Amino acid sequence: MTTVQTPRVDAPVEESALSKIAARMKRVVSSNPSVLPTLAAIVIFIVMVIYGEIAYGRIVQYNTLSNLLINNAHLIILAVAMTFVILTGGIDLSVGSIIALSSVAGVILANAGWDPWLVIGMMIVIGTVFGLTSGILIQYFNVQPFIATLAMMFLARGLAALLSTRPERLDEESPIRWLGEQFKLIDGEKVNDVVVTPGVIIALLVVLVAFFVLHRTRTGRTVYAIGGSESSSALMGLAVPRTKVLVYVISGTLSGVAAVVYTSRLGIAQNITGIGWELDAIAATVIGGTLLTGGYGYVLGSVVGALVLGLMNVLITRDGGIPPEMTTIITGGILLVFVLLQRAVISKRHT
Amino acid sequence: MSTVARSSWLRDLVHKPFFWGLIAILALLFLNVLKDPNYLAVTVNPVNGNLVGNLVDILRASAPILMVAVGMSLVIATGGIDLSVGSVMAVSGAVAMVFMKNAGQSDSIGVALGAIGLALLVSAILGVVNGVLVAYVGLQPFISTLIMMLAGRGIAKVITEGQNTSASNEPFRWIANGFLLGLPVVFLFAILIVAIVGFVVRRSALGLMIEAIGINPKASRMAGIRPSGLLLTVYILSAVLAGVAGIMSVGTVMTVDVSRTGYQIELDAILAVVIGGTSLSGGKFSIGGAVVGALLIATLDKTVVFLGISSSATPAFKAIVIVVLCLLQSERVRSWFVQRRKPPQVQLDQKPVPSKQEVAA
Amino acid sequence: MSEALPIVEMRDISIEFPGVKALDGVDFRLFQGEVHALMGENGAGKSTLIKALTGVYKIDAGSIVIAGQARQFHGTGDAQSAGISTVYQEVNLVTNLSIGENVMLGHEVRSAFGVNWRATHKAATEALARLGLEELDTHQQLSTLSIAMQQLVAISRAMAIQAKVLILDEPTSSLDAAEVEGLFRVIRSLRDQGVAILFVSHFLDQIYAISDRVTILRNGRYEGEYPIRELDRHALISKMIGKDLSALSSLGGNRRVDQRDYAAEAPLLAAKGLGRRGSIEPTDLDIHHGEVVGFAGLLGSGRTELARLLYGADRADEGEVTLHGKRVDLKNPADGLGRRIAFSTENRRDEGIIADLTVRENMILALQAERGWSRPIPRKEQDELVEKYITALNVRPADPNRLIRNLSGGNQQKVLLGRWLATKPELLILDEPTRGIDVGAKAEIQEAVAELAEDGVSVVFISSELEEVVRLSERIVVLKDHQKIGEIVNGPGVTAQEVVDVIAAHGVEAAAQSGIIDAEEGLHANSAANTNGHPLDLTEEHS
Repeated sequence: MTTVQTPRVDAPVEESALSKIAARMKRVVSSNPSVLPTLAAIVIFIVMVIYGEIAYGRIVQYNTLSNLLINNAHLIILAVAMTFVILTGGIDLSVGSIIALSSVAGVILANAGWDPWLVIGMMIVIGTVFGLTSGILIQYFNVQPFIATLAMMFLARGLAALLSTRPERLDEESPIRWLGEQFKLIDGEKVNDVVVTPGVIIALLVVLVAFFVLHRTRTGRTVYAIGGSESSSALMGLAVPRTKVLVYVISGTLSGVAAVVYTSRLGIAQNITGIGWELDAIAATVIGGTLLTGGYGYVLGSVVGALVLGLMNVLITRDGGIPPEMTTIITGGILLVFVLLQRAVISKRHT
Repeated sequence: MSTVARSSWLRDLVHKPFFWGLIAILALLFLNVLKDPNYLAVTVNPVNGNLVGNLVDILRASAPILMVAVGMSLVIATGGIDLSVGSVMAVSGAVAMVFMKNAGQSDSIGVALGAIGLALLVSAILGVVNGVLVAYVGLQPFISTLIMMLAGRGIAKVITEGQNTSASNEPFRWIANGFLLGLPVVFLFAILIVAIVGFVVRRSALGLMIEAIGINPKASRMAGIRPSGLLLTVYILSAVLAGVAGIMSVGTVMTVDVSRTGYQIELDAILAVVIGGTSLSGGKFSIGGAVVGALLIATLDKTVVFLGISSSATPAFKAIVIVVLCLLQSERVRSWFVQRRKPPQVQLDQKPVPSKQEVAA
Repeated sequence: MSEALPIVEMRDISIEFPGVKALDGVDFRLFQGEVHALMGENGAGKSTLIKALTGVYKIDAGSIVIAGQARQFHGTGDAQSAGISTVYQEVNLVTNLSIGENVMLGHEVRSAFGVNWRATHKAATEALARLGLEELDTHQQLSTLSIAMQQLVAISRAMAIQAKVLILDEPTSSLDAAEVEGLFRVIRSLRDQGVAILFVSHFLDQIYAISDRVTILRNGRYEGEYPIRELDRHALISKMIGKDLSALSSLGGNRRVDQRDYAAEAPLLAAKGLGRRGSIEPTDLDIHHGEVVGFAGLLGSGRTELARLLYGADRADEGEVTLHGKRVDLKNPADGLGRRIAFSTENRRDEGIIADLTVRENMILALQAERGWSRPIPRKEQDELVEKYITALNVRPADPNRLIRNLSGGNQQKVLLGRWLATKPELLILDEPTRGIDVGAKAEIQEAVAELAEDGVSVVFISSELEEVVRLSERIVVLKDHQKIGEIVNGPGVTAQEVVDVIAAHGVEAAAQSGIIDAEEGLHANSAANTNGHPLDLTEEHS
């Protein structure tokens, strides 16, 4: 009877640095097969960059990449949020609508003279409340995740429409706008500079914290365990109900944060903001290697996925030949392809 | 009637799920009457013999909702969902409008029929895509129809090249705006189609099999039912009905608005289905219930406008009602109400219910 | 081997559910450093007792004492903190995480900066070492291991949390002989380290190979506790099924004496080498027109699995089925139905009734499925059909429009029987048709089976109650441990005892071949000290 073992290399062997790295990578991949799709996403991103550079030029330069991050900071945050939820095998369809409600409410309050910090707090709390409601409906009332979050989606959008149906412009003087202000990090020639906004910094912080939580805390490992098998996790004594509600709270809260980042950059909020962003977030997560059925995936992969989508938009705009209406179709198509691929891989695994 | 027989007749009626929907309709109409005592008045237009009145408007407005609600009932009954109905409406409307525009704005019936035929064909194709993904590939319905929901609007925009396309064609316009025997044609068509669907579903074994799959997919399979074909059929039907709704919707103004046509009608459809008594987790469904639900939504929409409340309030209100009805349908809340037996003092372990996809495979 | 005081003492345990008393005054004792088997047939109360011990169920009466302290479990957490760990048949780990993580999940080593993975994996390796598995790379994903190894990882998880009591619930169902041997080495090692092990299994030979003592339950009642050496296989089986040896031999077959010479006839259905990986070994089986074939065997012997292949409920991996001499491919139940085969499942609730539909709808469902959706059965025909079977099977209440969920179990079973009869099958497979049914209904169903055969319908009758099978069948196919081990042609003089003999005897040869027991010891003893040299290395303490 053979046990599957990796032979331990005890005797010291002279290895070149490169072969050491290769061996290490091989070990990482064999102990974590789900790394492969994420690596694939990185490869896709690099390929797109190269293609873009060849086809359109001026891709591989500071300002393009800076803008990529700046314009997609909110999407990166949404992708992180969605990763948490999808890892448990659930889904959150309300993220885009929460952004609409949160941003409209925020702008109206800010313009009414509220303290900006309070406004930012409110915007985030709105997301938290919606997330908590979804989580409770799903965990304690056994409503299916897509129905519960679909209802929240309609509710949030409905409340946003109730508040305002026209674009709300954030006061020019509002301190909140500072979060969207650009800061030059590296001054390149002409406009080719490395620029960041505090919004990007926030996004990066969110990613780092999410990474820490998912890989270095018991709660994070419980998230993965629930995705692997909820019943086993319960039998193993993990805090399943609490964690399931928590991922939706996280998703809602991060949607609120994304609303802050987006609104501060754009300066305008409207009730039709964010339509379709849940699909973008799901696509980013799936492209990044997270399985829709849960249990496998990396938050860094979702970040790459968000950047892939963002870069795709840039390339489409550069191309000019593809009408902008096609972007939703393309995003949908890419998502479909990835979901089908995932299904094919899973069914192979089970035979 | 003896007292016993009478009270049980009443009790049966009360227990029918859409009973409360009917009560709600009456309550809303009552509110309107409070504002304007002549609200319910229906008069006959002396020129063309058409019925005129608020009730007639409600019937007109309910037609597209009826279509998607019936389609959604069948899909939900199998344990699935179709989030793409609004987008399919937009695509259908776009196809019709572009066809008629390119046909040179003629008033021929042939052009109208061509537009309708093409629109329904395209809708059916979208339904096939949904159906194949759910029934044969085994994707979860919400993700396949979510992708179709968003890609569908894109498709509509591509067809119209981003423009809100208008066209003129008298026969086509008549479908949405005309009157026959005094009643709005669009409503008559809707009722006719609902009747046909209801007839086919209930007179054939289709309804029974759909319910069986929704209630217990494993046992249905063991009883010899093949789920794939059934699932494909309901998704195609849902899409075609959405296509009809699209034709009705764009026909009223002879313009397709690629962003607004069918926007958020999924909300109305799901709400109508739930009001009608169909559980969102699948199983027994009621076409009649969906009809009541659709009428209720149309009444609600009109009432909100009539009473001067901002119409942007309705989606939020509808969403809350869905949440409340979901809660009422959930086991936990049900158990709060049902205290007939002594509650078991031990937890009985439940075998996990397999997903519909696992069985359809 | 045993300490003075038992580490687990359950006294007079009773648990009741609406309508059924699952456990009635059951005692159970477990000592440190022993392997104790819990045995009983279906419905005996084994899993209920385990669930009481693991905190899933609350007890209605009786006491549980762990390590001298009286305990009340309000949930699985309580049982776990009392030092009781369970490893289930479906290994309850998460395969998407690493081995080390699975061992330590919920108990990872933490520092101020979050989980310390190095220390956690080290602790995992230490726990694995208690089972002799220190060579495993704990960074590998759990899914890279075989089920047998995953099970060992599950056991080491229990050791990681310092469990005093280890419950193994059907641990060997998915293992081959060599893997079972590996598991047993680990169990013996843990026993010698002082762990108290509760072993639940229906594989007789394994019980004899590994256990020190055995407790038997029957129908929710405590039947007895014995050192395994003092109980031979016959006695064990009889205690499990409730008849003593003399009573067994008096239950004869009262099948028709005028038996046809089936060997001369072409069979209706012939299965050759029909098998499915993990559920039933390749099997040959012939079924003749109008014959009643019984499948007999203990729980888990593969009766249902074989029957499902004959219907198409499961797809066979190998072998072929011919019907009327022509080869057929049974990919799904619709195929089976189309070929005039019907199958009444043992799992009424999950695979039988469509709860929210009426009696009428449930009854005509299979017939309707066969005809297709576009050819609905006319209401008149439905009414006639339903009337006929409600009367013939005495379904009560005789109301076709009542929801089937509101009928008693026995009547639900009758409605389901009506469903299959309505399709006028040539072969009707009945899996546990009388389980959980009152005596009167049982007799009605058995009568219906006999009548069917007289009408020329072939019947496969599966039941855990041996006397039923013996009474009704013309030929009895005996199964054990996922394979067919023999056939008995029924007749006067054939008794349930004979079936028991076949089951008991078969085990000895097979077990001896795989080295689990010493063939010379035969049927009558356990040789717990018997080991063979084997590749899997264990700790030094094991002799």
